[in-house]
Amino acid sequence: MNIYLPIAEISVNAFTLLGLGGLVGILSGMFGVGGGFLLTPLLFFIGVPPAVAVATGANQIVASSVSGVLAHWRRRTVDLKMGIVLQLGGLIGAACGIAVFNYLKSLGQVDLFVTLCYVVFLGIVGGLMFIESVNALRKSRRGAPPKRKQRGWVHKMPLKTRFRTSQLYISVIPPILVGFLVGILTAIMGVGGGFIMVPAMIYVLGIPTKVVIGTSLFQIITVTGATTMMHAITNQTVDIVLAFLLLVGGVIGAQFGTRLGSYLKSEQLRILLAVIVLAVCGKLALDLLLEPSELFSITNVAGG
Amino acid sequence: MRIVFTLLFSLFLSLPAAHAQEEVVLGFSQNQVEITTDFDGSEILIFGAVKRESPLPDGDPLHVLVTLSGPSVPAVVRRKGKRFGIWTNVDSVTVDRAPIFYAVATSAPFEEMLSLSNDRRYRVSIERAILSIGAKVAHEQAQDYVEALVRIRENQAKYAFLENTVQIDQQTLFRTTIQMPPDLTEGEYTARILLTRSGKVIADHDSSIDVRKVGLERFLFILSREQPVLYGLLALAIAMISGWGASAIFRLLRNR
Repeated sequence: MNIYLPIAEISVNAFTLLGLGGLVGILSGMFGVGGGFLLTPLLFFIGVPPAVAVATGANQIVASSVSGVLAHWRRRTVDLKMGIVLQLGGLIGAACGIAVFNYLKSLGQVDLFVTLCYVVFLGIVGGLMFIESVNALRKSRRGAPPKRKQRGWVHKMPLKTRFRTSQLYISVIPPILVGFLVGILTAIMGVGGGFIMVPAMIYVLGIPTKVVIGTSLFQIITVTGATTMMHAITNQTVDIVLAFLLLVGGVIGAQFGTRLGSYLKSEQLRILLAVIVLAVCGKLALDLLLEPSELFSITNVAGG
Repeated sequence: MRIVFTLLFSLFLSLPAAHAQEEVVLGFSQNQVEITTDFDGSEILIFGAVKRESPLPDGDPLHVLVTLSGPSVPAVVRRKGKRFGIWTNVDSVTVDRAPIFYAVATSAPFEEMLSLSNDRRYRVSIERAILSIGAKVAHEQAQDYVEALVRIRENQAKYAFLENTVQIDQQTLFRTTIQMPPDLTEGEYTARILLTRSGKVIADHDSSIDVRKVGLERFLFILSREQPVLYGLLALAIAMISGWGASAIFRLLRNR
């Protein structure tokens, strides 16, 4: 059954979209990532224009994150205070990101930049996470208690605050910085930024893994929500019909994902996430390195 | 359909002689294409008759050219090249105006029907329908870019060159069908009929077909353009409610 998307102006099979949404939803629930890093490239692949894919992806992530965060909320694994601090940075970052996105669009380099961002960030994060979690898994098999690294600079900054749910007493500056960087990525890449934020929260801020997922989902809702609004206002590229189909699949997937995630150990969960991240990174890198079959591309000039 | 034909036929036979020449009387299977939510492309039947006061002239047979064209807009064509080991857009050409959809149907091989100078004058073939004079002044290799534009849009079924697809009956009645792709953009489309004989155009007739989104499609499209804030909030509300709804439903299912 084909559906004509009013903003993307293409006709796509409805079940393909439901399936894509479902797949991304499962990831979202399992890992606390929005799944946007997977969804946006997949939307490019089925022919959705990049600008629409990025904006609509952000909207879809709102839905699956709300669904996911409610599940975590009931398990009391959401640090509200930490989430709000992260959001503050995130909103500023998203505003900067939209400006960069629109500037690159005018240069015609937005596709390249978005793909490069994906390759670089997915590569670094996936690689680090994979190495770290394999090490952690080995240690826990040997029975040694996993040590949490204490980073000196995070604890030396001013404006220290107590984050009760996370059992932390740290400065608010590092979480704001983390939020800011993720906000930029949200706007440019159409991702929730969970794949950056989850590791940053674990390794830089030292938040317990259990709390990380719920809290990052909470932060993602606000930032992706704001990004959706900014894209809707400045570019008019949010496709409600596309978003709706994706999120119907997504919210259902997220519920299954949350339950699936609770059966796995956090180290196993992290290895799995690292592998997925690296696979997407590899695919995108190949697209940049191999000669494309069509060297030319067309953009209609709007309002012409 | 036969009824329509008969009506048209009797119409032009009964008309008093005004000009001693051949003219086009045109009909469409639909003069409006509605893009609905389940829009999956459209097939348009273009048919008509040649109105004639004098007897059929001797000599070369009559040929019919039908073109269906979408709105023309400027288009940026970009070329990828290898820079620092990766493939990236390295150069671009702005084509002055290119139709977003263009189909040419003919009743005989194109070259036999229309001379090169007449093609230039009436802008019939795909290459001529694209305006690229400015681009060619601004860029040396502009022709490569225009060719790429045509190639890409032909692959997307947005440009079509359909030789020998117009059927002519008795040198008078003609009909052809033109396929429009599912990813159609709205606007005013123009159907054009050219009658040719010995490479010369003897009649030229234009008629418009309105392609527009209807219903929910139209409502959402206009809302997104005219009330972007409201549209954004609507998108967010739908997302929030479905997220919460799914969570609530799953909790109910689990607690049972």
